[in-house]
Amino acid sequence: MDRIPILRMGETLLVTIQVDMQDQTALALQDDLAEKIAKTGASGVMIDISALEIVDSFVGRMLSSISGIAGILSATTVVVGMQPAVAITLVELGLSLEGVKTALDVERGMAMLAAVRAEHRHGG
Amino acid sequence: MIDQDNPLKDALRDPGAVVAGWLDELGVADPAQRRALQTEAGELVRSLAEGLDRGGDASRLAGPAWDGLRETLESLSRSRAAKGETAGDTSQFVLALKRPLFDALQRSRGDHPERLMAGIWAASQLVDRLAQHTATTFQKSREDIIRRQQDDLLELSTPVVKLWEGVLAVPMIGVLDSNRTQIVMETLLQSIVDSGSGLAIIDITGVPTVDTLVAQHLLKTVTAIRLMGADCIISGIRPQIAQTIVHLGIDLQGITTKATLADALSVALQKTGWRISREK
Repeated sequence: MDRIPILRMGETLLVTIQVDMQDQTALALQDDLAEKIAKTGASGVMIDISALEIVDSFVGRMLSSISGIAGILSATTVVVGMQPAVAITLVELGLSLEGVKTALDVERGMAMLAAVRAEHRHGG
Repeated sequence: MIDQDNPLKDALRDPGAVVAGWLDELGVADPAQRRALQTEAGELVRSLAEGLDRGGDASRLAGPAWDGLRETLESLSRSRAAKGETAGDTSQFVLALKRPLFDALQRSRGDHPERLMAGIWAASQLVDRLAQHTATTFQKSREDIIRRQQDDLLELSTPVVKLWEGVLAVPMIGVLDSNRTQIVMETLLQSIVDSGSGLAIIDITGVPTVDTLVAQHLLKTVTAIRLMGADCIISGIRPQIAQTIVHLGIDLQGITTKATLADALSVALQKTGWRISREK
């Protein structure tokens, strides 16, 4: 089974999904990410799905639950590069991914994570 | 010499008389209109005679022998459909051919009742087929026109315009149904990806009514835009529409709404970090 690599860039974990997601792959990614956030103490997770063209409700829910899990481990999740067809499919499936941050591309996602980080520093 | 095998061929021996009888049957008084009809009728009678010469079966309008006649009929009903005439008038025109054909048969076969009967039956059947074919093509051309206009309307009504660096706008005009919202959604989302714009303004000034279904379509579009990582503002909400939205209990919480496109643009500029100042 394919495992999706998780790259660490400073305080951010970067996940690039480049294969069609199987349910098993999605579950494995969820596990791996939780482990990695806990181990590295990362403050941000960026999931790049610009190469993802087909989604089902399972993958949609996975994005929500990854965001939830990361939130509990005090990391902010940003989903970047969603294709129009994927966005329309998720809306038609009734998944609006409430609470998940989104950005158009990796650059904007990085800026968003930096802003959140700066806010936290000021706040705490 | 009388053609024993094909009474119709015989009846069409004098096409001029048939056309004249046909026009009389139609009862057209206006000379200009009569001339126009005469050309059409002459063309039809000519291709009818051609079809018979090529051995076409008069009881069925099928096979290569009738190609010319079918084409003439099709172009006739297409031009009539484009002129906006009714299907009834168009088939009436073709059906009026019966009387002159019968007259011609009467003239050539009047002294043989059985042959006359056979000829009349063949003529009647043929003209009925012609009228049927005309009506079918007429309807098809009308449907084509409607379909083309619908497509044009869809294309026309969904332009995505760039208002500012990173700000797109869609002025929606006309009634919003699922079909149109789908197209607006697709074109807008694609433009967001192509231009990398972080903000989209949907202007609904041109949308006459907003009901729960339209609101649902709008909400879907806004959600899809948010999923892609862009922001969305809905503008052009008229006072009555604001009232309807509240009365219907539609929840637009979490969506930025503005009364005019200008207001929306100023919010968009603020969000993207622009400041505009007046010189004087």
